[in-house]
Amino acid sequence: MALMVSTRRELDVQHYPWIVVLLAPLTAIFLQSYIPRYFSRFDLLDLPLLVVIYFAVGWRNPVSGTITGAVVGLLQDALTNRPLGVNGIAKTVVGFCAASVGVKIAVENPGTRLLMNFVFTLMNTAMYLLIVHRLLALDLRTDWLHEVIKAVINSIVGVFVFDLLDRCRARE
Amino acid sequence: MDSFLGRYKNLLVLVTVLVVQIVGLAAQIRRPSVRGDGAGVRLLRSWAAALVTPPERLLHNTTGGLSGLWANYVDLRRVRQENQNLKAHIDRLQMEQAALLEDARQGQRLQKLLAFREHYVSATVPAQVIGTSGTDQSHVLLIDKGSADGLKPDMAVITPEGILGKLRDVFRHTSQVLEISDQSSGVGVLLETTRLRGVLRGNALGQPEIVNLLPDERIKPGERVITSGGDQIFPRGLLVGIVDHVVPDLDNPPYVGILIKPAAKLGHVGEVLVITATSGEMTAQAQKDIAQSAEAAAAAPPMPARAADILAERLPGLDARPDASKSPSAEQLPPPVVAPLPLRTDRYTPNATPPAADLVPGQPVTPLAVAAVPVVPQKRAASAPASRTAAPAKPPAPSAGFVPKPRVAGKPSNTTVVPQPKHGPQPASSSAAEAIP
Repeated sequence: MALMVSTRRELDVQHYPWIVVLLAPLTAIFLQSYIPRYFSRFDLLDLPLLVVIYFAVGWRNPVSGTITGAVVGLLQDALTNRPLGVNGIAKTVVGFCAASVGVKIAVENPGTRLLMNFVFTLMNTAMYLLIVHRLLALDLRTDWLHEVIKAVINSIVGVFVFDLLDRCRARE
Repeated sequence: MDSFLGRYKNLLVLVTVLVVQIVGLAAQIRRPSVRGDGAGVRLLRSWAAALVTPPERLLHNTTGGLSGLWANYVDLRRVRQENQNLKAHIDRLQMEQAALLEDARQGQRLQKLLAFREHYVSATVPAQVIGTSGTDQSHVLLIDKGSADGLKPDMAVITPEGILGKLRDVFRHTSQVLEISDQSSGVGVLLETTRLRGVLRGNALGQPEIVNLLPDERIKPGERVITSGGDQIFPRGLLVGIVDHVVPDLDNPPYVGILIKPAAKLGHVGEVLVITATSGEMTAQAQKDIAQSAEAAAAAPPMPARAADILAERLPGLDARPDASKSPSAEQLPPPVVAPLPLRTDRYTPNATPPAADLVPGQPVTPLAVAAVPVVPQKRAASAPASRTAAPAKPPAPSAGFVPKPRVAGKPSNTTVVPQPKHGPQPASSSAAEAIP
């Protein structure tokens, strides 16, 4: 019984080519930086966050999810004028939680993915505001309706991004 | 121990990564240097920029080349008409510039008198915007010029419409521009009409806002906002935007915040200029342009007189040396007016208090007696410049005291009030006269 469970768990863990693991976050960060130059509303989307959630859930390993979130978040911070670590801490926590959820729940269903992206986007926003307001002591007023709309947009786009990344899985 | 580490491996890794990042964050905040980043942090930013900017530059150049191909070879139909329109526009601008030349020259002369040094933009570097920070919480742009092109941190970045921001981080071939709508920015600004000074920074919603100003009813929406030059980054006089509306600062009453509509299109900027040098004199090209405008204005038919010039001709001027023939003679001066006696003198009546040397502590003060004096209008001297401030006058008739003429509402007094000496009636030859406008 234990062997079957472990075998089933190993089968559920997704594997990706190293080139995909390397290029997907970089492409997400590049698009997040480039497209708002022409379409300013694109900054409502958080492509790097979606990539972190996807890989954390796919690997089902909290350690991998934590490290992926930290690296992607720090790269995002390096392109802003905020201190390094603001997005890093937020995405570290999201990566850990996403991997922990992925261990327990099957997330292949689009509806599950939609709900999961919505919740984790709100969690990322809450962590970001907590860090900026409490740790950095900056005045950061936000409209919660605006954040909910951002979460809805991210969750919808996330379904398509996840489907695109599913095609890049390693064939076993 | 192994079972503990194995059992809580995931949580330990999470806590370790979080602690490392929080410590790094604290280290960056604890030492707020002028640049805000340590060497290690700057290295990480440089790597991130090196990862992102090459494909951005490649894409930008590719799209720019394709659009240039279209504009240069395919879309030539409207180029000729646009050329003619631009030439006519330049001619109009030259005429307007010539009309403003005299005002500018007068301003420069006055500045020289005050030993005021103007800073003109003498060198700029054009750059293209190739990327952004990617988040709506940070208003940073990436441009395709860096230290190899002579850029340095804290250089001003402008567009033809208005100011954009300043350079934050400068790498070898890329730079980060901190926009004026960011919370960490700060620009010294001046309201053009009311001449109120303030600091412009972005608010939490990404709108440029002048902060820490007291409420003033003179501030109206639509008023232009220009740079004051006080921040030593932006030259004075560059357009920032126009006043949108005034909001109360709920965190710092009674101050208000003035929301600005920026002149530069902050979210849709393509080409920018980085000011790399300023000087106290205009550049040779600018002087040449001004000389050309002056020649064009001289050769062209005269422009219709401006309303300001017509009004200036009709209003009386302030001559440095008043014409002696126009000064009023003694016969034209109004007769002296005798001020009425006060009903009761007290220690508050002017010149009724004895001098301090005569006072004894503890003893009551006896007010001096004052009497009416004729108020003599002052004759304006032919050689002396007309002035509203103090001017020596002829000694008035001797009298015992002084009572000021009661003012009539709306009617300015044009007579001279002569303060009387302190010890009763005395010749007033030693006293000075004060002209009341």
